[in-house]
Amino acid sequence: MRLELTRRPQPSRRMALLSPVIAVGLAVVTTAIVFMLYGVDPVRGLYIYFIAPLTEGWSREELVVKATPLILIGVGLAVAFLSNNWNIGAEGQFTIGAITGSMLPILSPDFQNFATLPLMLTLGALGGALYATVPALLKTRFGTNEILTSLMLVYVATLFLDWMVRGPWRDPMAFGFPNTISFSAAASIPFIGSGRLNASAVVALVIVVLLAVIFARTLKGFEIRVLGESPRAGAFAGFSAKRMTIFAFAVSGGLAGLAGIIQIASVIGKLQPAISPGYGFTAIIVAFLGRLNPIGIFIAGFVIALSYLGGEAIQSGLQVSSRMAQVLQGTLLFYVLACDSFILYRMRIVRSHAGASAPAHA
Amino acid sequence: MLEAIILTVITAATPLLLAAIGELVVERSGVLNLGVEGMMVMGAVAGFAVTNTTGSPYLGIAGGMFAGAAISLVFGFVTQTLVANQVASGLALTLFGLGLSGLLGESFVGTPGSKLPGLSIPGLSDLPFLGRILFGQDLLVYVSFALIALVSWMLYRSRAGLILRAVGDNHGSAHALGYRVVTVRYLAILFGGACAGLGGAYLSIAYTPLWVENMTAGRGWIALALVVFASWIPYRLAIGAYLFGAVTILQLHAQPLGLGIPSQFLSMLPYLVTVAVLVIISSNRRAVRMNAPACLGKAFVPDR
Repeated sequence: MRLELTRRPQPSRRMALLSPVIAVGLAVVTTAIVFMLYGVDPVRGLYIYFIAPLTEGWSREELVVKATPLILIGVGLAVAFLSNNWNIGAEGQFTIGAITGSMLPILSPDFQNFATLPLMLTLGALGGALYATVPALLKTRFGTNEILTSLMLVYVATLFLDWMVRGPWRDPMAFGFPNTISFSAAASIPFIGSGRLNASAVVALVIVVLLAVIFARTLKGFEIRVLGESPRAGAFAGFSAKRMTIFAFAVSGGLAGLAGIIQIASVIGKLQPAISPGYGFTAIIVAFLGRLNPIGIFIAGFVIALSYLGGEAIQSGLQVSSRMAQVLQGTLLFYVLACDSFILYRMRIVRSHAGASAPAHA
Repeated sequence: MLEAIILTVITAATPLLLAAIGELVVERSGVLNLGVEGMMVMGAVAGFAVTNTTGSPYLGIAGGMFAGAAISLVFGFVTQTLVANQVASGLALTLFGLGLSGLLGESFVGTPGSKLPGLSIPGLSDLPFLGRILFGQDLLVYVSFALIALVSWMLYRSRAGLILRAVGDNHGSAHALGYRVVTVRYLAILFGGACAGLGGAYLSIAYTPLWVENMTAGRGWIALALVVFASWIPYRLAIGAYLFGAVTILQLHAQPLGLGIPSQFLSMLPYLVTVAVLVIISSNRRAVRMNAPACLGKAFVPDR
């Protein structure tokens, strides 16, 4: 008995919409099974993981705070993945963006006016974009595999940040702790209301809308998709795959860098060795769960943010390790990729091997 | 001093070599499995857990291989049976493996492990200088070289190797000749998983007998780079792995010397060298195209 795939005459629109929903459903069922293995009542476990974080105001705000960087990085990665450029170094671009964006408040802390924050965000985005251009240029110039180079640069960026906060940028008044000076109010993203919610969520929303319009309504969006699906067809249309590689890496790196400086200027308030719980990698899951569509990624960002919050909730509420969150996120990506196959293929179960090894033209 | 350096280079190179030889076979079958890091780290945690509970590092090795092969099967199902995108599935495997190993290994953090003993051949192992280097290594060092020889022989001198290469270079023709493309690829993926698990187990049993979360620290990715470096030819993996082992150890030895270079910059070296080597290798496009399996990363769906 085995599974057999047959290509659908055309991609199923229904499955394209359903696939992420089914994947999330399967992930929830898997979580329930894991709870049972831990000896936890699955209904209570699922409630604490997925529902409880949504019932209180403060944790709803926390959800938005966590979803913001995931969505920003995720929509950027969609540009890269759609055009067949595999930037998996967003974590490094996030880190470099955090560093370049912090230059202003750390090197000239007295520069405090209305321009401080916009300049910081611009510098952060520029830093991330430039750092992402390195693997892009290596790909276009030498044909070097961008997956491996962009990933290697994550380790380099993390070590560089470590050196900066322990070396040249360390706050001399920090009692030897490895962190920079805390940012002034002018260099911090303003809060909305009295809780944790801050203005960066609005920035993310604007960028999602902007990219959704670019993808659906402009020539650039068309170019991204054509070059991703068929570089040859793109070449006939006069599009350059090399320029697209640079563009896609710069956009995805820029948005990762923006997310990096936003994280520093809102959540953390200073630079320190650890600034991200792996947002750059988790955003890859967000991008695929959102089916590389800005609106989809917007929703997916909240789903994954919920998985982080739920992980913390089960740690404190059920004494089940918060690392469950990471396992759940990895599982979810597998489910999404598996379900996506049903957009292009139909599946049936075949009972015997007969016919399978016969020549294809028989 | 020199003897000590050579001995540590060997232990740094062996896990890379073990993981890379598995991935080489996988890629020769036309499959790109980017999940080496995830399979390695699963091998590391399983190897440590089994060694720690049974007290036998040899059972630990078996446990590591089993864990690596077991999660490679998930990748196999998704990419071969369901023909999902291989790049994305490999990333999923890495993220999943890093998460699961962290969860499973939580209770082993900080517990002491037992180290894989070195071989001791009376007479030979006691020879000055060469004795410890050639005859005093642990079992897996010899296994890594045996695997290189075995895979070389398999690829170029056996019928199985011919089929494997045919599947990797032209899956359509291989299928038309009656070979089971998907089955061959499943077997290659399993072999790759077991090898990556073995490399991971080496880290937690022989390199540093400890479990630390994310202890593979990018070695799985370096193993992937090594396969490109070796342009898919087995013996070149050994050259690459020992080159990287030397870079890793060199920066470790340079750190206490305090050459005025911050330790973080020295730690960057293996990653920067990987990038540099990839650039040098790939800039010779003709050689890459000549050796790379033609169907690398392409999904296969037989037309019926």
